[in-house]
Amino acid sequence: MPSDETLREMHHQMVRIRLFEETIQKIYFEGKTPAFDIAAGPVPGEMHLAAGQEPVAAGVCAHLRPTDAVTATHRPHHVALAHGMDMKKLAAEIFGKDTGLGHGKGGHMHLFDPATNFGCSGIIAEGMPTAVGHALAFKKQGRDDVAVSFFGEGAANQGAFHESLNLAALWTLPVVFVCEDNAWAISVPKEKATAIANNSDRAAAYGIPGVLVPDNDPVAIYEAAGEAVARARRGAGPSLIEIKTDRLLGHFEGDPQAYRTKEELALLKERDALRAFERRLIDAGSLTAADAEATWTRCRTEVDGAIEFARTSPYPEPAAALQHVFA
Amino acid sequence: MAVETQRLLTTSKAISEAIAQEMERDPRVFVMGEDIGVYGGIFGATEGLLAKFGPERVMDTPISETAFIGAAVGAAVSGMRPIAELMFVDFFGVCMDQIYNHMAKIHYESGGNVKVPVVITTAIGGGYGDAAQHSQTLYGMFAHLPGMKIVVPSTPYDAKGLMISAIRDDNPVIYMFHKGVMGLGWMTPNPRATGPVPEEPYTIPIGKADVKREGRDVTVVTLSLMVHRALDAAEDLAKEGIEAEVLDLRTVIPLDREAIVESVKKTHRLLVVDEDYRSFGLSGEVITTAIEGAFDHLDAPPARLAYPDVPIPYSRPLEQFCLPDRGKIAAAVRQLMS
Ligand SMILES: Cc1ncc(C[n+]2csc(CCOP(=O)(O)OP(=O)(O)O)c2C)c(N)n1
Ligand SMILES: [Mg+2]
Repeated sequence: MPSDETLREMHHQMVRIRLFEETIQKIYFEGKTPAFDIAAGPVPGEMHLAAGQEPVAAGVCAHLRPTDAVTATHRPHHVALAHGMDMKKLAAEIFGKDTGLGHGKGGHMHLFDPATNFGCSGIIAEGMPTAVGHALAFKKQGRDDVAVSFFGEGAANQGAFHESLNLAALWTLPVVFVCEDNAWAISVPKEKATAIANNSDRAAAYGIPGVLVPDNDPVAIYEAAGEAVARARRGAGPSLIEIKTDRLLGHFEGDPQAYRTKEELALLKERDALRAFERRLIDAGSLTAADAEATWTRCRTEVDGAIEFARTSPYPEPAAALQHVFA
Repeated sequence: MAVETQRLLTTSKAISEAIAQEMERDPRVFVMGEDIGVYGGIFGATEGLLAKFGPERVMDTPISETAFIGAAVGAAVSGMRPIAELMFVDFFGVCMDQIYNHMAKIHYESGGNVKVPVVITTAIGGGYGDAAQHSQTLYGMFAHLPGMKIVVPSTPYDAKGLMISAIRDDNPVIYMFHKGVMGLGWMTPNPRATGPVPEEPYTIPIGKADVKREGRDVTVVTLSLMVHRALDAAEDLAKEGIEAEVLDLRTVIPLDREAIVESVKKTHRLLVVDEDYRSFGLSGEVITTAIEGAFDHLDAPPARLAYPDVPIPYSRPLEQFCLPDRGKIAAAVRQLMS
């Protein structure tokens, strides 16, 4: 069981992720109403938000240090923030500003942060092999750092998933594979895409531990991840964790979600893991109602500051597009 | 191209209608891909097909491109005529072996004994801030590899006729639709993405370019969304007394070299406008074709306006700096004329 301090920190991370993403969501629609135009507004392109999946980021990243490598997906903000990415630089990158992580070159699906050894990819499952590579480097360098690869349940049907699990197992590498099963890959439900119910069972095929967290519970996630990270750190090899989590929003912003019912959406909103966790901590006395409120206020201030930084930062010079192809 | 109909469709509707009509005509045709069923394809190319034909013939797949595109190849060899959608062309990396080592080579390797009638549909192009992994065009890269026909329509009319031809073709065809020509409600409005489309099925030959605007002063060879941009630029240039001919390639493989040479012989000047990367690709091929076939007719060195050799940046000012557009095309033509 995590300490009260850890629980409060997990709550804090979940709150700041939620507030950051809710704010990005609002900004995303600036210039896109009344007629939606994906190219318009301060934040163009696709926007994938992770509301409902904060427990995964908070529970897993609570065990990590900045030298641990993290690879994420097209839906990266929650993981990036929980792993310690500078919120200002993240926001500025989403705005395409020169002060962003990649000077505006990468955008929301292509975030790279040496300070937290973080990278992500918009190509499904393709963050997994690089996580294996981070772990390989750590082993060669004699470091006890670990690599954590986050991916959706949809990614577990890619060859890269299976190849990465096998390679990490074969070479006993310090990798933790974290599958965020939010039940959907865009419009395709998991049961129409995956031949078995739980991806954690696939770990057996590679002789590594497979752990199922069935209910998006931050504490259960924390515990499962703690074991897997410790195992990796002591050189005992990789693990696979599958977490049943919730995607409260569309696949991307502007997704009409005609493929799922209003009832399903309402149910998910009602069981919002962030609100439930907060209530639970207050009921258990780990967090006072006043502390909870203070956390929201503190995070609001942090998010506002990051957004202000992003808005007021300059765009890169257009011709900067030609730089950085090579080192 | 004179089209005898008043019926207006977007390009995406023209494509899905073409697929539906071929599915009605030929029971061997079926469709596979991610989000092509209930969702109707992220870019609407398969809209309405699931309701019409059911899940046996309109199959949502897992995110397993190697498996389902490879399955399309195998099914084609065994007598079906599959259409497989690769949601964005940028994702080719996870399944290219099935495409270029199998789909494209089996007919040749079999000495002509085995046919592989697959259509791969895929979305191309940027300009809307989707960054490095979701904005490329890449037809030049596919065109470099022998064994695949490559279709890149710019109008609803061409899109329908070329889709029907692609499905009926006994060869593998990569059918690339630019997101900006589809007429989607969530993209920047583009009036040229809606146009007359006859209801009855018709074909447009693969390998035939089309003069989208006649002109005597300069030939602009282009394709896909850049046809729209070039037509806009040609309108601006006409006001200055410059008559640009806009030649829409429509297909990259086979390339209609004759049409390129003919037009250059007439105008004596060539500009290639290409949203694909500049070097080692389509623009170089078109210019070589003009030099080989019409060298003595050229009054100026051929020019090209293409995407610089950099990954696609996210930030709007950077992306706009890289993309050919109406203004840049007009400026390049003026330069050629001076
Ligand atoms: C190789 C590849 N195929 C398809 C896509 C298009 N795509 C983007 S997200 C997505 C669904 C991913 O589902 P999942 O892995 O469960 O992650 P989630 O979106 O639920 O977080 C798809 C099919 C892609 N980006 N890359
Ligand atoms: Mg998912």
